[in-house]
Amino acid sequence: MVNEATIWKLFENIFDPEVPVLSILDLGIVREVHVKSKQEVEIVITPTYSGCPAMDVIGMSIRMALLQEGFTQVQVKQVLSPAWTTDWMSESGKQKLKAYGIAPPNHKQLVCTPDAFQEEEAVQCPHCGSYHTQLVSRFGSTACKALYQCNDCQEPFDYFKCH
Amino acid sequence: MHDPLLHYCLFLADSALILGHRNSEWCGHGPVLEQDIALTNIALDLIGQARNLYQYAASIQGGDATEDTLAYLRDERAYKNCLLVELPNGHWGQTVLRQFFFSTYQYYLFQQLINSTDVQLAAIAEKSLKEVTYHVRWSSEWVIRLGDGTEESKQKMEEAVDNLWSYTGELFVPAAYETPGFGVDLNVVQMQWQQKVAAILDEATLALSQQGWMQKGGKEGAHTEHLGYILAEMQSLQRTYPGARW
Repeated sequence: MVNEATIWKLFENIFDPEVPVLSILDLGIVREVHVKSKQEVEIVITPTYSGCPAMDVIGMSIRMALLQEGFTQVQVKQVLSPAWTTDWMSESGKQKLKAYGIAPPNHKQLVCTPDAFQEEEAVQCPHCGSYHTQLVSRFGSTACKALYQCNDCQEPFDYFKCH
Repeated sequence: MHDPLLHYCLFLADSALILGHRNSEWCGHGPVLEQDIALTNIALDLIGQARNLYQYAASIQGGDATEDTLAYLRDERAYKNCLLVELPNGHWGQTVLRQFFFSTYQYYLFQQLINSTDVQLAAIAEKSLKEVTYHVRWSSEWVIRLGDGTEESKQKMEEAVDNLWSYTGELFVPAAYETPGFGVDLNVVQMQWQQKVAAILDEATLALSQQGWMQKGGKEGAHTEHLGYILAEMQSLQRTYPGARW
């Protein structure tokens, strides 16, 4: 019988469709794995952003992977609380993001307040390592990213925003 | 009124969905690419919040109800969204001001709702609050930028305040299904909302509106003429091809 440890291992190879260097374990969205019998398994995941369309694809990938392992009843349950935070992203996930050209999230801090025009975070350019960067837009190509530009190497880049 | 919780979920869900839909009308039409993307992101967050709320509402209603039947197969009178969110977008300034009014309301509402005795409502509020925090920041920065901008942008923002103000009162008058409160004291939300709005408008060099008379009815299903058009567009596919799937 496939045990829970095997399933966790399996999840190392299920990737976020929008940021394909991150596994769902790197993202920290898998909360629980319950093998109920030879046929039946329940997986509990938590969404990153409420409307993130990647969640449906991830749910489907989990289902497919487990069907291949011989399970016939696969339940993928979403829970909202405690709400996902970028602090749950693994250290190796952050390194992979950076190598992929996306600045990894800083630790949750001041930026998560509603105050207008407050001091900006120091975001490091993933290309040249400079902290001399500027916010272009608080919202980027996907729900989880903001758009920055490096003032030194001039490259624009995505920043995985703290959540 | 059989189930206040169901109606309350629908009110929250409908308000998020309709504003998400309105914002999505800007997709491809924003003043600059980055802000087009920003508003579309906000639309996505709102539609995501609406999905969580509709899923919960469907589980309360039971039977064949799903998030899709609730969004696509209810008529105008069954929709409980506040009137503010169904108003036409107007110009960019009016769209960001509407977002600011609504996001500020959601921000203080959800801050209380995370302590609700209803565990699922609390979870949805906790999740949504993170995104709403970004919405408040983004929209208030725009209100300040445009209000304290050029002569023309200021005048357009003054118009927007006049156009939208009478639709803000409804947010703080509890509908019949809202009276259990679910852990929210609307008087407190109103006080916090007024303080924040006054502070941002002041920084934007815009005057608070002197209008005292307020519109109402949306939360009880009596809408402006605009909602029907939104639903006609949003629901047309499911109404024409019932049960169609991607």
